Amino acid sequence: MKLVTAVVKPHKWEEVREALAATGIAGMTVTEASGYGQQKGHTEVYRGAEYDVSLVPKIRLEVVVDDAEVEKVVATITGAAKTGKIGDGKVWVIPVESVVRVRTGETDEAAL
Amino acid sequence: MNAGDTAWMLASSALVLLMAPGLAFFYGGMVRAKSVLNMMMMSFIAMAIVPVAWFLYAYSLAFDDDVTGGLVGGLGHVGLNGITPETLTGTIPTYVFVVFQLTFAIVTVALVSGAVADRMKFVAWALFVPVWLTVVYAPVAHWVFAFDTEDAKGGWIANKLGALDFAGGTVVEISSGASALALALVVGKRVGWKRDPMRPHNLPSVLLGAGLLWFGWIGFNAGSALGANHLASLALINTVAAGAAAMLGWLAIEVLREGKGTSFGAASGLVAGLVAITPSCGSVSPMGALVVGAVAGGICAFAIGFKFKLGYDDSLDVVGVHLVGGLVGTLLIGLLASNAAIELLGFGQPGLFYGGGLDQLGKQVVAAAVVLVYAFTCTYVIATVIDRLIGLRIDEEHEITGIDQVEHLETAYDHAGSSTGGLG
Repeated sequence: MKLVTAVVKPHKWEEVREALAATGIAGMTVTEASGYGQQKGHTEVYRGAEYDVSLVPKIRLEVVVDDAEVEKVVATITGAAKTGKIGDGKVWVIPVESVVRVRTGETDEAAL
Repeated sequence: MNAGDTAWMLASSALVLLMAPGLAFFYGGMVRAKSVLNMMMMSFIAMAIVPVAWFLYAYSLAFDDDVTGGLVGGLGHVGLNGITPETLTGTIPTYVFVVFQLTFAIVTVALVSGAVADRMKFVAWALFVPVWLTVVYAPVAHWVFAFDTEDAKGGWIANKLGALDFAGGTVVEISSGASALALALVVGKRVGWKRDPMRPHNLPSVLLGAGLLWFGWIGFNAGSALGANHLASLALINTVAAGAAAMLGWLAIEVLREGKGTSFGAASGLVAGLVAITPSCGSVSPMGALVVGAVAGGICAFAIGFKFKLGYDDSLDVVGVHLVGGLVGTLLIGLLASNAAIELLGFGQPGLFYGGGLDQLGKQVVAAAVVLVYAFTCTYVIATVIDRLIGLRIDEEHEITGIDQVEHLETAYDHAGSSTGGLG
């Protein structure tokens, strides 16, 4: 099992969700996040005073998937989240040792 | 008594009283979330302290028969002595006049608080308010607003100098702006000023406050005619014209400078225009008011940068908006006072552009300069004395924690758990 974490632009989140749903992914955890990468934030102006705001709003989504589905999920997310402009986000994958479904006590693949 | 005049002045008093909570929202939105309650409370406490002091003695200092050659009123009306519901000031009951003038005093001292956002002890502010009202506001109101009558002699600017200040460009705007500068200098800069971003935490609140101020300002300016009459109509139309033109003026500067117009700029420009038209709304034409507004909006948009160049932390730009806007409006009278308005007003000279020469401009300069220097000097001394007595500033640690929590035992917002009902 793998944990796929993606940080995407907020306005692409709905497309990512729909694309993942179409691949049969049952659920995920979504968090409003903020951060920056190569775009280094943005500038805001208040009464003529400029502020560099280093953190920009992002959506962070996490989904645990079966090993066999990792490539498909990563490709789906990157495809749906891509605008081609700076700040599109990142997707990364890390291994997961075990999963338990709280309601039933099922474990690992059965719990996904 | 004239019922129409009285009805309008009752309404005007209510309108101007609303400016204090309007100012609280205007200023409250500009500070960080951890300071908003303290910022708003500085206006609200003025709504409690000033009326008490005003009724007890300050009204008398401002409007009783002069005792010192035009400098300050006497103590004949201490405790509103000698005033009954039947007593008249012009065509309105004196009680209405007392309250109308009171509302000006509340707003003026509340304006000063914008210079010391985030960092002044609340008890020090509560002490500053009545002292400043007594030493600065009441005498200056006497100079400018107390006209000679059959019963009482008034102040030197209104009667001897003959400078025009219809609704308080000197008394309200220049005195609050100059005092804000003095207080900011004595209190010192906020921790992290210029280093940390101190962005306004709620711009909708700033816009709400600016809107309430415009609404109240109708009473402020058109009420200063002290009657439902032609002069009130001139002040009304000029107040609307200048506010609109100034919003556009400020936004135009922003578009030229940054390529975009901001909501904060729109609210600030509006207020700058209202500040500038306050002294001039009874002496310029509506076309003149458009010029006053546009010039004030443009100049104030630049003036707020002074603090970064000169290094004083006037947190919410009381100097850049009220002192500079007040000077613009007070001095432009010397150029733009129209023949028709002067005729309606019944005194003063037309401005330079209307063939009146430099006479009126000279008087405007003297009035503005004296009020500026007097208010700055007195406030500097008052602030220094309070600082020595009880200290003006909260601890640095408390300032970083947030003044709301340490001075009021409250915080404005409960963000955690507001949507989930969970951990918060």
